[in-house]
Amino acid sequence: MDLKDLYQQLILDHGKNPRNLGKFENFNKDAKGHNPLCGDKVHVYLKLDENKKISDIKFEGEGCAISMASASIMTELMKNKEEPEVKELIDDFLKMIKDSPELSSKIISEDEKTKLMSLSGVKKYPMRVKCATLPWHTLVSAMTDKPGEVNTEKED
Amino acid sequence: MNIKDIKKEFPIFDNKVHNNDLVYLDSANSSQKPKVVVDRIYDFYTKEFSNVGRSVHYLAVAATNLYENTRVLVQKYINAKDPNEIVFTKGATEAINLVANTFGQKYLKEGDEILITELEHHSNYVPWHYLRKSKGVKINFADVDENGDISIESIEKKITPKTKILAITHLSNVTGAILPIKEIIQLAHSKNIPVLVDGCQGAPHLKLDMQDLNCDFYAISCHKMYGPTGLGVLYAKKKWLEELPPYQGGGGMIGEVKKEGITFGDLPNKYEAGTMATAQVIAFGESINFINKLGIDKIEEHERELTKYGEEILRKNNSVKLIGSPKNKGSVLSFTLDGIHPHDIATILDEDGVAIRAGHHCCQILHEKLGLAATARASLGVYNTKDDLDQLNSSINKCIKIFNS
Ligand SMILES: Cc1ncc(COP(=O)(O)O)c(C=O)c1O
Repeated sequence: MDLKDLYQQLILDHGKNPRNLGKFENFNKDAKGHNPLCGDKVHVYLKLDENKKISDIKFEGEGCAISMASASIMTELMKNKEEPEVKELIDDFLKMIKDSPELSSKIISEDEKTKLMSLSGVKKYPMRVKCATLPWHTLVSAMTDKPGEVNTEKED
Repeated sequence: MNIKDIKKEFPIFDNKVHNNDLVYLDSANSSQKPKVVVDRIYDFYTKEFSNVGRSVHYLAVAATNLYENTRVLVQKYINAKDPNEIVFTKGATEAINLVANTFGQKYLKEGDEILITELEHHSNYVPWHYLRKSKGVKINFADVDENGDISIESIEKKITPKTKILAITHLSNVTGAILPIKEIIQLAHSKNIPVLVDGCQGAPHLKLDMQDLNCDFYAISCHKMYGPTGLGVLYAKKKWLEELPPYQGGGGMIGEVKKEGITFGDLPNKYEAGTMATAQVIAFGESINFINKLGIDKIEEHERELTKYGEEILRKNNSVKLIGSPKNKGSVLSFTLDGIHPHDIATILDEDGVAIRAGHHCCQILHEKLGLAATARASLGVYNTKDDLDQLNSSINKCIKIFNS
């Protein structure tokens, strides 16, 4: 039962065929994330234009279906979002994964919410939560120009 | 051996995992504990507890005798010459750190070389790594071959006149390779190089004879031998324990303490500073009794047969890629599935009560060489059966079905 929640069709699809996979030429922000316990790795690249809007975002990475699907869904969602919206969505997602039953943000459609909520299955798998949150912490790091690599063992 | 009866001696198997019988295939990580070991800890604390080696009262004397009795049991189990060659530590990791630290301090200088292999667990690499900085030594790695094996030749190739110590695993916790360590030790000794064997995976599965092997150091992890956590054993030839400096300082390891200076105690106290893991040591005696009662020869035979069976059924499963096909393979079946990450495999298997490990198994150097970020690993203990391996195989198939749906 729970396993079906975790490995929903949408997750499996994004895990196997991640969207926005790769790197692009003129990115101006990037960050790397690493989970040393399981070896998951992501590298997020984005272009923040003069209006502080993410005009493009891609990622490179290797890892489990959950981490790849999470990065895939995240990059889809973040394209064409402005900085305050990006921040709001990251906070909303991380709060939902941590303890909140649903997403509260008003800036995304119901369809987009459903897509994001497909990652909520990890809540029942404490060991796997970090797989889902790694790309998001890495995006924070890229947006804020934090030096160094995101390391899941050093995040709370 | 009747495995059904043996399984009954392990209370953990009375529990269900996600409403399924537990299929425990993670013994290379840590083994389960028979009731006699758990009871021994309870009995010691409730009826016999005292600190050892310090007081003269009745309980202290009795506890000291029990503690020393385990030392003798370990000595006999590994056929060491002298009980004073057995040092208790907090784990195999500490045992290796003890040797790296004291040997490094006394014998290593800038430009010296330490030889290890690409198969080593981080516990048999990282302790040596510190000496790069503190002493300016170089660490060389003997190559693992495509079967996940280390040959005598690959060791010989990396020995130079500057090689001062060889540290090598007995049985790989990833490929299952049982190395020809007796011959490797002979080779190293012919060039005056002492050898430390990481015996974490050797001691629970193979019959050991320190006098025959003739290694200088052998590190054992008690929690992988049906024993308590927080405990390891360092076997070291007496001459080393006499020659090397102490590792940690504190109570119990001293001779005389004056403001002007300190003398150190005799063996084995010299290396056992502070209050030791007393209850664990005493309970570990029961682990050895348990193994002896079954007979390590019989355990070896049972596990060899199981490993072979596991290899056979996994090789027949076209989706499974086994990692490592060494000449002599023991108790470890690492594998990958095309397009499915090992962590997803482990989560899905867990739902069926099948406990395996996924990741790099503390062997990043080896995984890099294999070109893999992670592998899934099923590892065996005395309580495992062919049914467990059949369950593993059918849960793997379920996993493939989920991912291909
Ligand atoms: C080959 C090997 N060496 C060393 C260790 C570390 O042993 P311990 O947990 O006793 O420190 C392990 C166990 O994880 C191991 O498998």
